[in-house]
Amino acid sequence: MNWISNYVRPKINSLFSRREVPDNLWTKCPECGTMLFHRELSENLNVCTNCDHHMNFTPRERFAALFDGGVFVEVKVPEPITDPLGFRDQKKYPDRLKAAQKATAEKEAMLVAEGEIGRTPIIAAAQDFSFMAGSMGMYVGNAIIAAAERAVKLKRPLVLFSAAGGARMQEGILSLMQMPRTTVAVELLREARLPYIVVLTHPTTGGVTASYAMLGDVHIAEPGALICFAGPRVIEQTIREKLPEGFQRAEYLLDHGMLDRVTHRRKMRDELVAILRMLTRQSPAVAGDLPAPKTDVAPIAVADTPVTPKTKVEKK
Amino acid sequence: MTTYLEFEKPLAEIEGKAEELRAMARNNAEMKVEKEAAALDKKAADLLRELYKDLSPWRKCLVARHPDRPHCKDYIEALFTEYTPLAGDRNFADDHAIMGGLARLDDLPVMVIGHEKGNDTKTRIERNFGMARPEGYRKAIRLMDLADRFGLPVITLIDTPGAYPGKGAEERGQAEAIARSTQKCLEIGVPLISVVIGEGGSGGAVAFATADRVAMLEHSVYSVISPEGCASILWKDAEKMREAADALKLTAQDLKKLGVIDRIIKEPSGGAQRNSAAAIASVGSELALMLAEFAGKKPADIIKERRRKYLDLGTKGLAA
Ligand SMILES: [Zn+2]
Repeated sequence: MNWISNYVRPKINSLFSRREVPDNLWTKCPECGTMLFHRELSENLNVCTNCDHHMNFTPRERFAALFDGGVFVEVKVPEPITDPLGFRDQKKYPDRLKAAQKATAEKEAMLVAEGEIGRTPIIAAAQDFSFMAGSMGMYVGNAIIAAAERAVKLKRPLVLFSAAGGARMQEGILSLMQMPRTTVAVELLREARLPYIVVLTHPTTGGVTASYAMLGDVHIAEPGALICFAGPRVIEQTIREKLPEGFQRAEYLLDHGMLDRVTHRRKMRDELVAILRMLTRQSPAVAGDLPAPKTDVAPIAVADTPVTPKTKVEKK
Repeated sequence: MTTYLEFEKPLAEIEGKAEELRAMARNNAEMKVEKEAAALDKKAADLLRELYKDLSPWRKCLVARHPDRPHCKDYIEALFTEYTPLAGDRNFADDHAIMGGLARLDDLPVMVIGHEKGNDTKTRIERNFGMARPEGYRKAIRLMDLADRFGLPVITLIDTPGAYPGKGAEERGQAEAIARSTQKCLEIGVPLISVVIGEGGSGGAVAFATADRVAMLEHSVYSVISPEGCASILWKDAEKMREAADALKLTAQDLKKLGVIDRIIKEPSGGAQRNSAAAIASVGSELALMLAEFAGKKPADIIKERRRKYLDLGTKGLAA
């Protein structure tokens, strides 16, 4: 039984592809080079239909596929001060931020939402690699803290999808301080005895891996995801060590004991539902074509409202 | 023998001249050089003060990495008694980049943990230049846990270029080891005091410096990435490290303004590398002051306040 194909995907995908993307767009799989028709790719959760390569999946796309009926309510994240250091490299940091906001139609690199998956209430947080490489600064830290606090308040598990090039260098030491800050968030969940599941997606690196992404009760990775602290290029340059095939990929980490599971994106939702329901000692999920859940609060963001960003398509 | 940094070249010349004069006088009793030499000494002292009065962030990086600066081992030997190293992570190895063990500070039993860089080729290699492998973090976790169970304050001395970018370190899960070490810092119900004595390099530093009180030596640095690394990523040119060092705001002075650290510990004129004993003594008295703040505090309150501190961090920016 597949939750996604059975009931969520057909509705949501048709909305997405009809409204957002003209039908004549193709994406080239960066792994095998196959040209993929956009609708086909989108219906397959941005996984190559030829080689199973898992491509970038924005938080909004992911949440639309994850939550029952594609319905979720965004959790508000406290705004940090913009550009705390007055950082400038070749560009000013505020200009880089604005460019990323324009390109993604998102405010920052993490989206937090509450909703149900397989009728199991959860809080979910997802990092947006398309926003400044998902880098972790004050906002991402605030988002994870807000997610944990919301989870504690509603007594729900937290599922976090990580994707990041590392720390937001433009926030200097304050980006580094997100390592302890997000760890405090994990501590709040632990103390409240709420499950914290990390889904590591491609790529999860640097200070993100060395904090909240490696502190889950359960670690699940998407196939082929690069997961590391120091990246392969850094290692090859500094240590001049030859690295083995598949080094730092999800399957390699699984072999080395750093992950519980490597799970295909199509099966992720079912698996999360099963694990969460067992950890919270609820009855098994019943798969089927369920309608969207009734919510007490009016959803402020569902998959087919105008806040949905344009799905990025590479034209090759 | 003083090791001069590039920007100290003019100083080296003056001090060299004074030394030359005195050397000549030693061989020739007729020569009266002391007056001239003393004038050069004064000139050198003035120049030294001038050079160190307002060190640029990049120069601070060079000073923080100076090979003659006192290292963790020197602090432990001078400030603590009965230092009893405790080795190993009980899993794979003992990491020599991380020193750690029981010791007494003014008779008070504590757990001391720190990065040791080594001071010559042999010891630098032994110590892996102060770059911990996963075993180092896991040893520290074990020692912090031990300290917590027996009510001993933990003192950490930070001096590392960062985590070790090696194949084995990655395979053995250094990201997880760093994360768990930071987590342990947040879980212990005993005072945790941290002093950045040289380089506070990224995750390798945070893993031990997530503390109730963080102090930095006046010319030490603490950063998310090295200026060279930042320059090569954002400027696509590692030679732009001066610009990167400026932009990163990695000095003790900037970090204090940002509320990331609590205290700046003064260094002797010309930096800790010119007078190790004085630098070590200042660290000693500041440690005592910081520890005294925790007298009679309940473990639960210590944990609560430490977490609060990190949750609240980052509300202060630097006026651009
Ligand atoms: Zn493919």
